[in-house]
Amino acid sequence: MSNSQLSPSTEAFTGLMLDPQEILPSFTQAANWQERYRALMLLGKRLPPLDDALRQESAQVRGCESNAWLYHKEIDGRHYYLADSDARIVKGLIALLLTAVQGQDEQTIAALDLHEYFDQLGLSGQLSPSRTNGVLALAEAIKAAANQPS
Amino acid sequence: MEFSQLRSQFPALTQSLGDYSLVYLDTAATSQKPQGVIDAMSRYYQADNANVHRAAHHLSARATSQYEAVRDKVKAFIKANRREEIIFTHGTTEGINLVALGLASQLKAGDLILLDSAAHHANIVPWQMLAKQTGAEILPIPLTPEARLDQAAYQALLQRGPRVVALSHVSNVLGTVNPVKEMIAQAKAVGALTLIDGAQAIAHLEVDVQALDCDFYLFSGHKMYGPTGIGILYGRYAALDKLDPLLTGGEMIKQVSFEGTTFNILPNRLEAGTPPIAEVIGLGATIDFIQSLPRAELRAHEQALLNRLQDELRALGGISLYGAHQDNIGAVAFNLTGEHHQDVGILLDQQGIAVRCGHHCAMPLMQTLGLSGCCRASLGVYSNDEDVDRFILALKSVKDLLL
Repeated sequence: MSNSQLSPSTEAFTGLMLDPQEILPSFTQAANWQERYRALMLLGKRLPPLDDALRQESAQVRGCESNAWLYHKEIDGRHYYLADSDARIVKGLIALLLTAVQGQDEQTIAALDLHEYFDQLGLSGQLSPSRTNGVLALAEAIKAAANQPS
Repeated sequence: MEFSQLRSQFPALTQSLGDYSLVYLDTAATSQKPQGVIDAMSRYYQADNANVHRAAHHLSARATSQYEAVRDKVKAFIKANRREEIIFTHGTTEGINLVALGLASQLKAGDLILLDSAAHHANIVPWQMLAKQTGAEILPIPLTPEARLDQAAYQALLQRGPRVVALSHVSNVLGTVNPVKEMIAQAKAVGALTLIDGAQAIAHLEVDVQALDCDFYLFSGHKMYGPTGIGILYGRYAALDKLDPLLTGGEMIKQVSFEGTTFNILPNRLEAGTPPIAEVIGLGATIDFIQSLPRAELRAHEQALLNRLQDELRALGGISLYGAHQDNIGAVAFNLTGEHHQDVGILLDQQGIAVRCGHHCAMPLMQTLGLSGCCRASLGVYSNDEDVDRFILALKSVKDLLL
C-alpha cells in the first residue's frame, strides 16, 4: 500500500469522519436483519468511492470475493484509512470497521476484538474466515497497517 | 414415485438456520448425503477398519473385498468394459491431473490440445501444466452467443489435428450440456484422445462410457450424494495403460531395488498409497442409492424443476440469466441486474438459502461473459417445489432490500 505511486490526499484521509455514537445505534436497535443490512448499506454510502486511478492492484486486499481497496496514512501517531469495494455489503462492513479505527492510535486498533464488535452489532456471521467474504482479510490489513510505519 | 419423500433420507436438510429452515441450492458444489452413505462409512470404521491389499488378517480381507466390490459396482454403473478400467482417485481434479500429466511422455512440442472454454479450472490448469512441460499448445473451443460450445469452430479446430480433446459433459456454472457423444466421435476421427469431465453429469444422467466411446471419463463422489475425497477415473484400458503414474509408492509398486523399480498392473498402477477406503465404501452405497431410484422418472422430475426455476427467475424481472436453456441440467446461473453477486449471496444466506456466488472456478468463462462473477442455484434429487418457492421469495426480498 505505502509504496504505491498514487495515494489519496491527506485531506481525503482526515476528511472521512465516522462517529461511532451516531452510527452504532442503528445496528444495535435494528428490529431484524433486514433493518441491520439496510443500515449497513446506508453506512457504506458514506465512504466516498475511490477514483478509478486509485483502484489499483497494489491497494487491493487479497482474499475477497469482491474487489476491495484499502489506503492507510499515519498522521501524528493516529491512523487514518480510506477504502472501497464493488460490493455493497462488504463496503458497509468496511465502513463499520473504519468506524472503530479511524483516527485511533496503534494500541487501540491492536486491542480491538473484531469478532466481539461484529457480534454486538448482530453481524457475527459476516466475519467468518471464508473465501467468499474478505472482511477478515480487510480487518487484518487494517491492523497490519497500523502496526507498520507508513 | 413421490420424490419429495427422498428428502427425508438426507439428515442435513432438516436443519434450520436462525429463523429459517435450510433451502439447499448448492448441490453442484457438493451434494448432501443420504443416511445410507453415512451409515456405510460408519460401519466400515466401526467394524472393518483395516488397510486394503496388505495384511493377511481377517479385517483386511473384509476391507479389501468391500473395496474391490465397489470397483465392480462402478464398472457396472458406467458400463465400463473391464474392472481394471476403474481407478479410484481423490476426485475429478486429481483424475484430470493424473491423465494430463500422465500423457507427458506421449506429447511433444507443437501438439495441440483442445479445451472446453466454459470448463472449470480443474479441466484447464492440468493441461496448461502439460503444455508447459511438453511444449504442446492449448486451443480453447469458443462459445456461441448462447453460451454453447461453437460446433463450427470445433470442426475447424479439429482440422488442425489435435492430440487431445478435453470437454465437460455439463458446465458447472451454466448447466449447459455439451453434445459429447458427437464431439467424441469427431475427435476420434482425427485421432485425438478424448477426456470428459463428468462431475456435473453423473448424478443426473445415465452414463455409458462404451456408448460415449471416450478414452477417459471422470467424476467425484461428493457431487453424486457420496463422500468427499473419492473420485473415479475411467479410462479405456489401452489408453489408461499408457499413462505414466503421477504418484508412486504403495500398492502401485511391483518390485523395488536400488537398481530400479517396476510397477504393478492396472488398476493398482495408478492408485498410489493407502486409498480413501471408507470413501470408496461410501461411494458403493451412493451407487446403490442412485440405482434404487427410477432414473428416467427422476430425470424428468429434475428437468421440470429446473425449467420452473428458470421460468420463475425470468418472471421475477431484473434478473440476468446466463446460458439458461430448456435442456440444461441441474443449475441456473444469474445475477440481480446491476448488483454484485456477493451481496445477493449474503442476503440469500440470511434467509437460509444456500447458493454459490463467485467465479465458480471458471474464470475464463466469466471473462467471456464479461462478469466478475455470478450466482448459481443448483438442484439435486431432494430439491422440490418448496425450495424453488422459498428461493424466489427470498430473492424478491433481496431485490427490495437492494433497490
